[in-house]
Amino acid sequence: MDEQLIFRYEIDGSNFTSAGEASVSVKKKLRQLGFAPEIIRRVSIAMYEGEINMVIHAHGGKAEVVVKNDRIEIILDDHGPGIPNIDLAMQEGFSTAPDNIRSLGFGAGMGLPNMKRYTDTMAIQTELGVGTRITMTVNI
Amino acid sequence: MKIKEIVRLLEADVLTCENLLDSDVYSACGSDMMSDVLAFVKDQGVLLTGLLNQQVVRTAEMMDMRCIVFVRNKRPGQEVLSLAEENGIVLLATAERMYEACGRLYTAGLIGGCTKPANTD
Ligand SMILES: Nc1ncnc2c1ncn2[C@@H]1O[C@H](COP(=O)(O)OP(=O)(O)OP(=O)(O)O)[C@@H](O)[C@H]1O
Ligand SMILES: [Mg+2]
Repeated sequence: MDEQLIFRYEIDGSNFTSAGEASVSVKKKLRQLGFAPEIIRRVSIAMYEGEINMVIHAHGGKAEVVVKNDRIEIILDDHGPGIPNIDLAMQEGFSTAPDNIRSLGFGAGMGLPNMKRYTDTMAIQTELGVGTRITMTVNI
Repeated sequence: MKIKEIVRLLEADVLTCENLLDSDVYSACGSDMMSDVLAFVKDQGVLLTGLLNQQVVRTAEMMDMRCIVFVRNKRPGQEVLSLAEENGIVLLATAERMYEACGRLYTAGLIGGCTKPANTD
């Protein structure tokens, strides 16, 4: 059995002002654990984008960060509307965010591509009307 | 460039973390889209923005940026100030517009998306 540490968060989908809190907390924990700044940055940015997506597109959800011997896993689970077309959603610039979200600084359509760029693996499972589960790993 | 030099160039007010004005920053980025900041920035150090919400501070924290400049005389609320104070991020407010503020810093040697130290004097 791998030794592992697990951090769990409930992401509140009703409150945009708190969006990103879980990722800030993960960043602090990874710092305490002594990981290299580049690893910490990659994990926390990827999680931050995913966390914001859960708040603006999916009414919140659950996040789990698992620190293993050789990698850090980020698992984001929501019961939102699901993603109809993953290939389209992964394209830079594609966004369904409404104007009020854009005026808050999100909705550039860069979140999912950023998540892919900053992680070593990323998998999206999604079902319309049921929810979305995104699993990412960063090797350490 | 030291953060206090940015304060001087932009005639900015210091809103948080006055104790960190001697810190060095090497580059900057101006944007109102946080995911663009998260996509392209590398060791920027300074974020110039017209947005005032808590995600601006969290975005800077994610990118290890040490300083945020609010342009066009905008002032953030108490929650934003507290969050920045907690995370050791210097918040500045300037009357300059985005374009002018970026231009002043760039002309003074604060470069864009690069990790190389800028020549300060
Ligand atoms: N958890 C999710 N549930 C449902 N739809 C999602 C979810 N995450 C992303 N999407 C859809 O995929 C699109 C692209 O997401 P992406 O994060 O790349 O961009 P964005 O969130 O719209 O803007 P940005 O991330 O630049 O602020 C979204 O606009 C949305 O339609
Ligand atoms: Mg997004």
